[in-house]
Amino acid sequence: MPKPVIDIGGLRKSFGAQSVLKGIALQVERGQVLALIGPSGSGKSTLLRCINLLTVPDAGHITVGDQSIAFNGRRTALPSARKLALFRASTGMVFQHFNLFSHMTALQNVMEGPLTVLRTPKEQATAEARQLLDKVGLLERADVYPDKLSGGQKQRVAIARALAMRPSVMLFDEATSALDPELVGEVLQVIRGLAREGMTMILVTHEIGFAREVADQVIFMREGVVAEAGPPANVIDQPQHDATRAFLGRFNASIATQRANTAS
Amino acid sequence: MYHWDFGALWTYRTLLISGLAYTLVFTVICVLLGLLVGLVTGIGRLSSNPFVTAPLRAYVELFRCTPVLVQLVWFYYALPVLTGIQISATVAATLCLSLYGGAFYSEIIRGGIISTDVGQIEAARALGMRQHQILQRIVLPQALKRMVPPLMSQSIMQLKNTSLLSVLAVPDLLYQGQVIAHETYRPLELYTFIAIAYFAVLLPITMWAKRLEFGAPVQEA
Repeated sequence: MPKPVIDIGGLRKSFGAQSVLKGIALQVERGQVLALIGPSGSGKSTLLRCINLLTVPDAGHITVGDQSIAFNGRRTALPSARKLALFRASTGMVFQHFNLFSHMTALQNVMEGPLTVLRTPKEQATAEARQLLDKVGLLERADVYPDKLSGGQKQRVAIARALAMRPSVMLFDEATSALDPELVGEVLQVIRGLAREGMTMILVTHEIGFAREVADQVIFMREGVVAEAGPPANVIDQPQHDATRAFLGRFNASIATQRANTAS
Repeated sequence: MYHWDFGALWTYRTLLISGLAYTLVFTVICVLLGLLVGLVTGIGRLSSNPFVTAPLRAYVELFRCTPVLVQLVWFYYALPVLTGIQISATVAATLCLSLYGGAFYSEIIRGGIISTDVGQIEAARALGMRQHQILQRIVLPQALKRMVPPLMSQSIMQLKNTSLLSVLAVPDLLYQGQVIAHETYRPLELYTFIAIAYFAVLLPITMWAKRLEFGAPVQEA
């Protein structure tokens, strides 16, 4: 069995008295797509933010690619800022609210990581950034500032910006939740393309239908623990736990209605 | 009917010019010192250490919530008694106006930095950028654009505030004007001239500041 790209064990995180992650373990193999689903406040976004250390876990270990980091709950034992930054650079993060740098054009946004973190020469960074913008279908918008882009376009630039770091894994934190319904499709199309290319990804999503389509593995989280995990055919179509069933109830009901309508 | 006679001012032209020069030089010095104080205070107040932030906050509020004229008089008369160190009117005025300006500048600088979108800072961290890179490449370029217009208008206030120096007999434009008015018995002409002189200096600066404001729009994501 190949070594997983992401290996997480015993992950815990509390904010004050509130325990948000209560010992999470998961593995993702190269080229696999993992979808994290669950009700709001179940800890899925916190888990995602822990994987690239935007939120520093209290305990547990995280391996991404060839970098490993362990936490034992003591502030003094925190890894150096340099090591944290290096670790983050190997994961690409896409946020719900895009978070593009508003004083930079689309192209400059995509170039920023390679220029300042990887020290890529400017010419090479420009060429690569243009390639990535082309890939997300926005080459003709390269010199436009974020305030002139639609939500869907902003999110596609944000995906290109994350890809520019050549990450070993892409993390999507509810990447389509802030979009108008008619703009969701264009962003999902880009993610679908990445999945086809074999990019390793973790998606925190409320798009259950999309999760079933692209994910190799689905984790249903509830109150800071993994309540149910497995291939989408099991977790989404035949959930075993009451909580999963209740959460997916509305989604499966609407699918059933659709099927009934198609059949009739 | 009052008979206006601006001709009398011609005799005193060198005195008036020296007064205007004093006002301008004094403004530049107080603006620069004030910006320095404001920068240190503004960034210092972002610290998480209350032993740093509490005194800085006390300083800012003290200077923002008392009239600058009272501060000037206090620095000249009360401070030497308190410290036992005699200072000239010019030094007292420089100290006072720099600290007064610094209190306002610090709020502008602090506000400019903290108003940076947290999401953009997180995105920069997610790319693997270090703290100083984020400050330099993401936070400051956006914060500076927002800071320039209020910093300019505060500096214009600073120039107008220098007219208060005359109460300490610092030979600025207004003080020289008052001296000449006493000698010539032409106060109406003098004060009209002084008003025009301030206006002639400040109008171009204000218009320039306005252009900066519109020339540097802040893009919002």
